[in-house]
Amino acid sequence: MNLADHLPALQVALPLLTAPLVILLRNGFLAWLAALVASGVSLGLAILLTQAVLGPGVPEYAVGGWQPPFGISLNVDGLSALVLLLVTGASTLGLAGGRLSLRRDIDNRRAPMFYGAWLIALAGLCGIAVAGDAFNVFVFMEISSLATYILIAAGRDRRALSAVFKYLIIGTIGATFYLIGVGFIYMMTGTLNFADMALRLGDVIETRPIIIAAGFITIGLALKAAVFPLHIWLPRAYTYAPNAVTVFIAACSTKVSIYVLLRFNYGVFHGNLLGHSDLFSVFIVPLALSGILLASAIAIYQGNIKKLLAFSSVAQIGYIALAAGLATQAGLMAAQLHMFNHALAKGTLFLCVVAFVLTSRSANITKLAGIGRRMPWTMGAFVIAGLSLIGVPGTAGFISKWYLVVAVMGVPGWGVPLVIAIIISSLMAVVYLWKFVETAYYGTPPDGDVSAMEVPLPLRVLIWFAALANIYFGLAPRLPIALAESGTSTLLGGLL
Amino acid sequence: MTTLLIGIFLLSLLVITAVAIVRSEDLFSAVMLSGIFSLLMALNFFLLDAADVALTEAAVGAGVATVLLLAGLKLTPPTEAKGRSLRKLSVVVIAVTTLLMIYASFGQPTLGDPMAPAQQHVAPWYIEKTPELIDIPNIVTAVLSSFRGYDTLGEVFVVLTAGIGVMFLLGGGRGKPFSRLDSHVEEGLSGHLIPKVMARLLIPFILLFALFVQFHGEYSPGGGFQAGAIFVAGIILYSLVRGEGLALAVIPPRVLLWMSAGGALLYGSVGLAGIVMGGQFLEYSVLSENPVTGQHIGIIVIELGVGLTVTGVLLSIFHAFAARD
Repeated sequence: MNLADHLPALQVALPLLTAPLVILLRNGFLAWLAALVASGVSLGLAILLTQAVLGPGVPEYAVGGWQPPFGISLNVDGLSALVLLLVTGASTLGLAGGRLSLRRDIDNRRAPMFYGAWLIALAGLCGIAVAGDAFNVFVFMEISSLATYILIAAGRDRRALSAVFKYLIIGTIGATFYLIGVGFIYMMTGTLNFADMALRLGDVIETRPIIIAAGFITIGLALKAAVFPLHIWLPRAYTYAPNAVTVFIAACSTKVSIYVLLRFNYGVFHGNLLGHSDLFSVFIVPLALSGILLASAIAIYQGNIKKLLAFSSVAQIGYIALAAGLATQAGLMAAQLHMFNHALAKGTLFLCVVAFVLTSRSANITKLAGIGRRMPWTMGAFVIAGLSLIGVPGTAGFISKWYLVVAVMGVPGWGVPLVIAIIISSLMAVVYLWKFVETAYYGTPPDGDVSAMEVPLPLRVLIWFAALANIYFGLAPRLPIALAESGTSTLLGGLL
Repeated sequence: MTTLLIGIFLLSLLVITAVAIVRSEDLFSAVMLSGIFSLLMALNFFLLDAADVALTEAAVGAGVATVLLLAGLKLTPPTEAKGRSLRKLSVVVIAVTTLLMIYASFGQPTLGDPMAPAQQHVAPWYIEKTPELIDIPNIVTAVLSSFRGYDTLGEVFVVLTAGIGVMFLLGGGRGKPFSRLDSHVEEGLSGHLIPKVMARLLIPFILLFALFVQFHGEYSPGGGFQAGAIFVAGIILYSLVRGEGLALAVIPPRVLLWMSAGGALLYGSVGLAGIVMGGQFLEYSVLSENPVTGQHIGIIVIELGVGLTVTGVLLSIFHAFAARD
């Protein structure tokens, strides 16, 4: 028994099997600790898998010893490793940084259930990232979505319940569309394995069920990924979820849906369906563009910092979708890098929000006036992550914006207008972030009290660790670029 | 030909029931109609020779889900709220989805065509290899619990997550069971003689049948999911005639929680045992000297895990709803 051979399975099994143990605990602190340890070990496993991907590669893992397509396989490439790092990293950051905030949001008696659900959500997202089988993706999508609904519903604000109900309905429609698509493909090919599907689809291209399947799968996943205008569930869900939960889900859950979208559209359809890349671009690029512009504009008018950042997320998903929709090598690189860098920036920003709300008990921007002077450390980290979100040189966000601009310049005839759209949207990001930064530094606190009230040191250290990661990956972006290159070559493997 | 006619008949009834559910403003009748819908669906599955699915649909869809909806109905007003703005949008979405699926259906292989791709690729392998590799007569069970056992592990966690969600939101799981023991003597059907006598006669057989479905799943339709649902139906019937308090005294909430978590853990441990014994995750063949015996052990244990979790979760959900008056 060599555990290193079982990394893909352990990546899912570890958080998944810790969850039932956690719900049996009776103490909220122990449940949190167990969840944090499991999440941290998952992050460790993801790092080991990343090393393996960049080194010798990770061999296909046949669960149960049954070779695909008869059994279920787990396949880990650069893109999977990138998503795994995001998911496990965001979960660990949310749990570690959210201790005080979660203790306030969730009473001790119900805490074991909450942390159990957290681990199940983590396992579900990891399960999607390693799955080599379309139906298995659906199963883990169900697991992660259900668990995420629980996490969001834990918000103190009663509006969390109506927000999560909306998310539940839309998420279920998205998952059902995906399942309908997979069903049609199974009907026409007799297989559920991604690689096998790509091979066997060649015999039945241009049949009606396959074309309809491609449509259902794309729209279903776009719903779950909150591609504009299918994003209506996202702002309220992010806003009313417990702050620590927002750190977790805002950084990674929509990205996992984009991951599946990339897997299906590039891994399965592009090589087989004639004109699919054009159709995909025609569908996704206009939506992405309107998301980039409109969601950024809406963000400017938000009075709640969480909602502001949520609308900013819709715009950022637009960048990722735009890059992915270009259907070029450069576009795919940009999409994957932006998944990584946006998660870094948004995770840090929401972690700062955790700290703000912890001290001032409100996420309302007017009530946070003067917070920059009262919490200089946290606010400093917020500014760094904000610069990364805008894409200022020296931060991680710049790297992906650069790749994005290079990618859109390669689009014949549309390069300049697309670049202008990106610049306008980035300027709007400056405006909405400045709106908060200005109030935070120059505004007068509602009660006139300007004494310092920083959060405890460990949380500040964590926030700065996350903020410095934004700078580190801006100066030394070797890791995400190597992973994205590996991911691009497998995604486009069917075309070369 | 007869099958075709029965099929058309059942599907027409299904459509009529679906329309009736949507149009019904009385939530009680909508719930009852949805029970009928599930029963019709079960018959349709049976007609398509999917006996395992039919059994699940009948037990979960028509049985347990209806009871849970009724328990939920106690907490809501009896009629539908008026003037939902999204109604037009949902009609459009449903219409477009239906039209697209009808369009796609013109290109699909004929129902039951042996040359259809779905019948030609992995299915013959399962049919050919199951007797040799796993040696159980029910191929559906072989696919479900071994060849695609990883998906089934996932489904067990879906069930567990649903239970966690209800226990978290409704605060059940470790509520206030025993103090209410006496106050529940006169509740539900307990005052009526005929249901009481009938239930007394039926409950032992329901529980026995659940155990049969649980442990006979390798040979006949069934397995942990169905057995769990049937077992729960028996206990719920008991709660209805004898009062929830007594049912909780038989299986306290803490035990239910242990069953829910324990079943899922049991399943997962079989997976880890595969790794420890030198195989892959969820590889049952390595559990014994003889790979086929190993498969048998693995399947029996994971089915037990499934049954425990399904029973624990469904009963916890029932109690969580019933505890909220």
